[in-house]
Amino acid sequence: MTSTLAQTPLHSWHASHGGRMVDFAGWSMPVQYTSIVTEHQATRTAVGLFDVSHMGRVRFGGSDAESFLDSIVTRRVRGMQPGQIRYALVTNQDGGILDDVLVYHLADSSSPYQLVVNASNRQKILAWLESHRTADVEIYDATCETAMIAVQGPKALEIARPLSSVDPASLRYYHGASSEIAGTEGLISRTGYTGEDGCELIVPAGSAPALWEQLVAAAEHVGGCAAGLGARDTLRLEAGMPLYGHELSEDVNPFQAGLAFAVNLKDRSFPGRDALAKLRDQANMPVRIGWELAGKRVPREGYAVLADGQPVGHVTSGTFSPTLEKPIAMGYVDAAFAAPGTEVAVDVRGHGEPARTVELPFYRRTN
Amino acid sequence: MQPQDLLYAKTHEWVHVETDGGSKIATIGISHFALEALTDLVFLELPEVGRQVKAGDSFGEVESVKAVSDLYSPVTGEVVEVNAALPDQLGQLTDDPYGAGWIAKIKISDEAELQNLLAYADYEKQCAEEGH
Repeated sequence: MTSTLAQTPLHSWHASHGGRMVDFAGWSMPVQYTSIVTEHQATRTAVGLFDVSHMGRVRFGGSDAESFLDSIVTRRVRGMQPGQIRYALVTNQDGGILDDVLVYHLADSSSPYQLVVNASNRQKILAWLESHRTADVEIYDATCETAMIAVQGPKALEIARPLSSVDPASLRYYHGASSEIAGTEGLISRTGYTGEDGCELIVPAGSAPALWEQLVAAAEHVGGCAAGLGARDTLRLEAGMPLYGHELSEDVNPFQAGLAFAVNLKDRSFPGRDALAKLRDQANMPVRIGWELAGKRVPREGYAVLADGQPVGHVTSGTFSPTLEKPIAMGYVDAAFAAPGTEVAVDVRGHGEPARTVELPFYRRTN
Repeated sequence: MQPQDLLYAKTHEWVHVETDGGSKIATIGISHFALEALTDLVFLELPEVGRQVKAGDSFGEVESVKAVSDLYSPVTGEVVEVNAALPDQLGQLTDDPYGAGWIAKIKISDEAELQNLLAYADYEKQCAEEGH
């Protein structure tokens, strides 16, 4: 039944440890092992281990790699320091979002630049890169020969430290370095998608299962566990982070998505740059915001948001927040209803559930 | 109640039939298998007492962190009682799905429909197939 789905190097571990495997962007991935709430809480209080090998990893070499990437993404790549990682967007000519990505500038590497892209957009972005490629740029898709593991939570650095020649605590946030990880050459970065401190490890596919086993043992020792895509989704939603295909799409521009910080237009040239210059000052666009609900019914993607019975927006992601213990949602709403404190209703299958606009994120770590 | 003694709908509700005077009363709940699949319950909507339902009608909802699922009435009849305390004690639903976690009682108006429900062995077979 699932034979056509791609498998990460950790697939057999997931399948033999209670992982409920689902099709995610063409990959067979664990949505949960025990329960979403258990895995979510373990990540908030100790450490969660996430197989994120389905994310696309694209390496760049050649003398034009830096200027090429600078001509593709919404933030400056020129001038990034070795070791620096930058969140950026890839936009189309109209300023619509093709993907949100991390740009890595690595020291001492034969391919000094790398992009991590969403699994669902990997082929689209590879094609986009190829169609814009300039003379001396090498593009190499390293997704299938590597694995990527996110170690997230207050105990994350503590359990990753003994396995990496580079101490993750020595890296500043959004920095990374080549490192010997569990005996093989890999990459460690102070990044993540949960709202917690932590790191992400990229290693050759063949080394991943042994590394994962070591991480699981260390995590369980401090009250952590492996966590699936279900917890990854509730964690990122509490942290107010957008997810491509939900908050982000080609029909949305970075400004309305609340991602103006990830757009640098000054003295730049990239697809969508001129469209974004016009959109930047445009008022009255629906904007991305968060809602907290008073009841127990959970708002889900696609539900209408109403003011005085009239549609004024829609939900793009919703869940029951394990940390806040109430339903939360992100979505887009007409600018007039975007101010924090604005009372609206979410049409939850015919029930008008009271909702209040709140500042994102819903959750901010204190440790 | 023992799961082996109950009847099951394909949609994972269990049914226990008792005779009360001249009428047959069906007690209805959600199977352990379905609750294991749902996990992380956050909300339960009970049917309304007095409501007439047909077998297969959606008569409530159960919501988990991940998704919402309809509850379907396995029988036709009138809802005569609901487990009103259950929505505030969802732990009972997961801990004791065949006892304290019952959902509703329905006064059956079409006994013949009970033949459409699955015996335990057949229901188990269905779950094993779904589990793959």
